[in-house]
Amino acid sequence: MSSRGAHPRHPAPYRYTIVERLYLPLLSGLWVTLRHFVRNFFGRGKTYTINYPEERRLYSPRYRGHHILTTRPDGSLRCVACFLCAAACPAECIHIEAGEHPDLNIEKYPLLYNIDMLRCVFCGYCVDACPEEAIIMSNNHDMAYFNRGQSVVTKDELQKPYAYDESRLGYRPHYPEEQAQHAALRHGLVDLVEEARRQGADSASRTAS
Amino acid sequence: MEWADFTAGRTGDLHGRAIREMTNTTNTRRDTLFDVEEMELNFGPQHPSTHGVLRLKLKVDGERIVDCYPIIGYLHRGTEKLFELHPFFQNVPHTDRLDYVAAATNNLAYVGAVEKLIGLVVPPRARYIRTILCELQRISSHLLWLATHAIDIGAMTPFFYCFREREIILDLFEEYCGARLTLNCMRPGGQPFDLPVGWGERCAEFLDDFPSKIDEYEGLLTNNRIWKKRTVGVGVLPADLAQEYGVTGPMLRASGVQWDIRKAMPYEAYGDVEFDIPVTYNGDTYDRYLVRMEEMRQSVRIVEQCLDKLPDGLIMAKSPRVLKAPKQSDAYFSIEGPKGEIGFYLVGDGTPNPHRCRVRAPSFMNLQVVPILAKDQLLADMVAVLGTTDIVLGEVDR
Ligand code: SF4
Ligand code: SF4
Repeated sequence: MSSRGAHPRHPAPYRYTIVERLYLPLLSGLWVTLRHFVRNFFGRGKTYTINYPEERRLYSPRYRGHHILTTRPDGSLRCVACFLCAAACPAECIHIEAGEHPDLNIEKYPLLYNIDMLRCVFCGYCVDACPEEAIIMSNNHDMAYFNRGQSVVTKDELQKPYAYDESRLGYRPHYPEEQAQHAALRHGLVDLVEEARRQGADSASRTAS
Repeated sequence: MEWADFTAGRTGDLHGRAIREMTNTTNTRRDTLFDVEEMELNFGPQHPSTHGVLRLKLKVDGERIVDCYPIIGYLHRGTEKLFELHPFFQNVPHTDRLDYVAAATNNLAYVGAVEKLIGLVVPPRARYIRTILCELQRISSHLLWLATHAIDIGAMTPFFYCFREREIILDLFEEYCGARLTLNCMRPGGQPFDLPVGWGERCAEFLDDFPSKIDEYEGLLTNNRIWKKRTVGVGVLPADLAQEYGVTGPMLRASGVQWDIRKAMPYEAYGDVEFDIPVTYNGDTYDRYLVRMEEMRQSVRIVEQCLDKLPDGLIMAKSPRVLKAPKQSDAYFSIEGPKGEIGFYLVGDGTPNPHRCRVRAPSFMNLQVVPILAKDQLLADMVAVLGTTDIVLGEVDR
């Protein structure tokens, strides 16, 4: 198996063939680029780039992005401040302070729920750990902050952004049956606004019928 | 106190020694124009073709490199210590960040070591999914290598074509596990998710297309005389030296040693699939290029077979709620990553955390031969030598 010592330390210099000396193999490379150029020039080729901020592709329904704290139907946070997510977090970026909930069945609620987005490694363990489905992720990945203080997002900010926009949900414990349809859509570029409108129309017709 | 005196006191300190040597040479340097004199050059740490933060101290005689001295540690994050502070399952995201262009293989090496330590048996479906992910990762890592290596040497076009295909692979990853680069797609004991609906078909579609794309890259480079002039005979690594330095992966196989852990000690589903190990014998930059191109073709074969044979069933082994290693246990598990043998050595002490973790990083071993490869080369070939070793500094410095 081993070829110890058999290897030439200084292999004989490579001899170029006459074809290579005439730089003829370059033509095959030029042919490749020319073919692409012609195809793209006449709009026959597939364009692989998108005009990012204006145009977005549809993200995977498992995308791990900015977190969302989900709410109960009455609008209060589902989180019961059990600290499981904070214990599971490898980046130690979740800070919770618990308060006593007036409802004895719920016992606790978070007075403070901060995630430091600059420390977070977006591993999704907090979502896996939560027994209440209180924390899920969205597919928002364009977070930018002016200073480090801003990067610590509070429970109000975590609750707000995408809570009711299905198309922007990401990694979460359960996916509705629309996953197959979502997967089918993933091939083309989908204008999110258009898509949301279409889905809105769908659900409207579903409720009407 | 002079800076040189200050650093001279710290013998054994890598940076101190380097700085001391440099100050000495600059002090004795005469200001002559045509005198035959060796010059010190710093290559990096902010040079774009060092692929990260690697600093090379080069001693050059005109255009020839006389000596090369890599200085590492700019990206040291104490990952091995971090492993000791977290339970076994929480360390998987840390492994993503070692070789950050090939997260799946890092994940597999780590979870494999944990499974060996604790004695978990992974269900067959999970093993196949892991194999698929690792081979896709190998393709994407080689694509990134080809793109950057070619652009370093001066061929711009392959860069665009390689990133085009790499994008599709990253999309597949995103669909499977929700991230494109830091995948975190494995857990000790199995896989966290099953393949999404239609994933297999999209993957097969990509695989059908991909060999023609490899032909495209090869059409641009393989017989191109300019490419050959820059790579043939540059950075020759003899087989005996490669073995002495512990070089693994495509670098070793390009020197004529047929060693691949996928064949020698099959793990996951590699025992059930057919594939060849490409070997070439010249050990120069061009041969390493050929080996990696052929490896991509073989990876396509492996993934196709795995998708065909994919068994049904569970994806997660029955495992205790808290993974605890037995007292005084240790395990070493290594796999064939895109860059070479990546292995994790774990010591357990009865707690949920590893007592000690040691990462055998292929890039670190492969970087050791860079001074040998670079010796007597032209300065302009330094980027070719560095590109062909395919190092990732996240893994070198850990
Ligand atoms: S995604 Fe991971 S790092 Fe981020 S808050 Fe959740 S557990 Fe912590
Ligand atoms: S988000 Fe979930 S896991 Fe975290 S404290 Fe609230 S209920 Fe517990």
